[in-house]
Amino acid sequence: MTTKTTNAGAGVRELGKRFGEVRALGGVTLDFPAGQVTALMGENGAGKSTLLKILTGDHQPTEGSVLLDGAEVELHSPARARAVGIRIIPQEPEIIPHVSVAENVYAGALPRKAGRRLDRAELRRRIEADLDRLGFSRVLDPDLLGSELTPAQRQLVEILRALTGEAKVIAFDEPTSSLSEQEVEALFGLIRRLRDAGVAVIYVSHRMKEIFQLADRIAVLRDGTLAGVLDAAQASEGELVRLMVGRDLSAMFVRQNVATDQVVLDVQHLSTDDVTDISLTVRAGEVVGLAGLIGAGRSELALALAGDLPVRSGTVHLDGQELRSGHPGAVIRAGLGLAPEERKAQALFLQRTIRDNTSLVVLERLRRWRFVRRTAERELAQQYADRLRVRAPSIEHEVRKLSGGNQQKVVLARWLARKPKVLILDEPTRGIDVGAKAEIYQIIADLAKEGVALLVISSELPEVLGLADRVVVMQNGRITGELDRAEATEERILALAMADDLASGPDLAAAASDEGRTA
Amino acid sequence: MTTTTVSESTPTGSVPPAKRGGVVGLLASIGGQNLSLAGGLVFLLVLFGSLNGNYLSWDNIQVIAEAVTISGLLAVVQTVVIICGGLDISVGSQAGLASVVSAMAFTSTGSNALLGMAAAIGVGVVIGGLNGLIIVYGRVNATIATLAGLAAYKGVAQLISNGSAQGYVLNDSIFIFLSRGKIAGLPVMVWLLIVVALAVHVMLKYTDIGRNIYAIGGNDTAARLAGININKYLIAVYGLLGVVAAVAGILLTARTGSGQPVSGSEGLELQSITAAALGGCALRGGKGGIGGTLLAVALLGALENGLTVQGINSFWQNVAQGALLVVAVVIQQRRSGERAVGLPA
Repeated sequence: MTTKTTNAGAGVRELGKRFGEVRALGGVTLDFPAGQVTALMGENGAGKSTLLKILTGDHQPTEGSVLLDGAEVELHSPARARAVGIRIIPQEPEIIPHVSVAENVYAGALPRKAGRRLDRAELRRRIEADLDRLGFSRVLDPDLLGSELTPAQRQLVEILRALTGEAKVIAFDEPTSSLSEQEVEALFGLIRRLRDAGVAVIYVSHRMKEIFQLADRIAVLRDGTLAGVLDAAQASEGELVRLMVGRDLSAMFVRQNVATDQVVLDVQHLSTDDVTDISLTVRAGEVVGLAGLIGAGRSELALALAGDLPVRSGTVHLDGQELRSGHPGAVIRAGLGLAPEERKAQALFLQRTIRDNTSLVVLERLRRWRFVRRTAERELAQQYADRLRVRAPSIEHEVRKLSGGNQQKVVLARWLARKPKVLILDEPTRGIDVGAKAEIYQIIADLAKEGVALLVISSELPEVLGLADRVVVMQNGRITGELDRAEATEERILALAMADDLASGPDLAAAASDEGRTA
Repeated sequence: MTTTTVSESTPTGSVPPAKRGGVVGLLASIGGQNLSLAGGLVFLLVLFGSLNGNYLSWDNIQVIAEAVTISGLLAVVQTVVIICGGLDISVGSQAGLASVVSAMAFTSTGSNALLGMAAAIGVGVVIGGLNGLIIVYGRVNATIATLAGLAAYKGVAQLISNGSAQGYVLNDSIFIFLSRGKIAGLPVMVWLLIVVALAVHVMLKYTDIGRNIYAIGGNDTAARLAGININKYLIAVYGLLGVVAAVAGILLTARTGSGQPVSGSEGLELQSITAAALGGCALRGGKGGIGGTLLAVALLGALENGLTVQGINSFWQNVAQGALLVVAVVIQQRRSGERAVGLPA
């Protein structure tokens, strides 16, 4: 199917993108033919967003090229990508809240009369014509304000925006995550019409059901490369799941089970605004992996445990003591630490030194009266910088000048210095190179040996499998299953992480592994 | 894998930071920003000194020092607020209100200077704390909250004083000591500035309180997740500003001899913010120090006095100060090297 390369539509050739030392995309050759819906699937971090961002001109590829109608195009800016006819409907629509739907749709290109006066009559005519043409005149009142729109209507505004001017390629990034079933049907109707009108549609989603309903072809990305392209009519769910997983990084993991019987963290029926009825335990020396797709509520659970998001109901016990406080300070004093997902935004003080960043949560141990004992502080920071092998000229180096891996080590150093009983690590290896990853896995293993109870949130399945003694899987704010190290496989975790969306439910996992055995 | 890990640079332990000796080490510890400030100050002193022989006389230097005391006190606490990620443009009005209160309390208690001062400082605590409460619990942007305060506190001062200067305090030995007294050859007011600046410097630099203040301004989310009680700190910092603004108001009363609702305190917000920005405070918080602010205060004072000595229209001083504030912030933004897209933070 990739033989007819010069057809209408878009395509990428040997496309690659590096962020510093991290390769997000490499050697991807793929076509998005006009008049077809090409679904794009893959785990978190497989490279879907990077590919989309290159197509929309947000990122520049470090290698390879983008084709449009058979000819190479240079997409040096989002405006350029738009001008040549490539549009994306973002997952979170960007709506200007206090202006009408009509002005939202044509923002930046409003019709005007002489003297730059807004031509309201023309605006009205255009929006009505467009709504009519796309069959949305009943669902969207052009006079509504942006802030009054439902999620589906917001999505429609983005779609209308994308369709102004001549659109050749339209990418939908998880468009249905906030839509009701009827709205999804309406959206699919529109997508089919676009397809029939000769637009090349790219559809990114985790939802198998939708993809089988809608797509003509399914492309699967894995670790930034193309794992395969399937004809949707012939593909099976099991086949797709197997294409999405299947890496072997086991050599990087040096783990033995050192879990004790002593439960340190005990969460019972915890509910917050984002998660519902969460019950889980972590024992001293145990590493529990928390798996799930993006948006499953894992980070929100971590923040709630750390005291930063309010708890609606349920209990948390730490070492037998009930944790009531909604203040991170009290939670830290009780012995729980969180290395959050976004280390730059949520954990680090980029303008400050390694020493400063390390000592922040142990200042109360380092101070005499209220004066920080500088020598003790330096020794402590140096000790943990050495232990975690932070690579920098000295501990007086500003953290913003470090690489991602070393920044993460500084975050870990902070918590190691605090010596917590429970440590929650949210995506501890995101965006860092392979060497530093292995070192962080070693640190985690060492911590477990010292008896720390560890809860590791990760979207990388091989990492979860390699690290965890036990895997808890979440979807839509709920726990959908728990797997022991012995029974956990990538297929099973993924099946649980998508449990609500899979037609066949968790049985798929068995089916997938059966097929794997026969193949 | 092992090759990639060593390639970057050496682990922190293996290369102890070399001690740079003598002048180079001293210059490095002062920092580039402060060096250019000191350079600017020397330039102004030489320029005005060569234009007018009296400019560099010990008497005139003392005049400059006294003139900058009040704005210097406010600049010092403004620095703390800005490092914490906030801003207070009601400092001048706070000082004005404190000035009126100190004089009126002094008069109504039968010329008890200490009670007058205590009343002023009490008002400072309340107003500063109120600013903090409005910002933290009302979730009002600091600029807006204190802009409201700028108008409201000035109004209160005018209301209780009927818009005119209140009382006469220079018949009291304590107020006379504050306004004209000298210790070891330096005016008492200058000593006050030195003591406050030193205390704040020690707090910022050597205590965990200071570390937490820098942390809050540098990254409030990270500070919160590190267990710092941000609300408490913000309210305390605005409260501290209120106290020091009250001290400035008392000095204002002592200098002019009576409680001044507006004159003498108007424009102090601009001066204090300009000094902090020139002194290297990042207006988004997390960066800055007392040393730089004091240098900037000295520079602004030298400039103002020089222009006056040269007989240049004093309206130009406003122009110069506004221009300096913008230039200082533009330089900061250039240095921070962020992408120049979207609205400035």
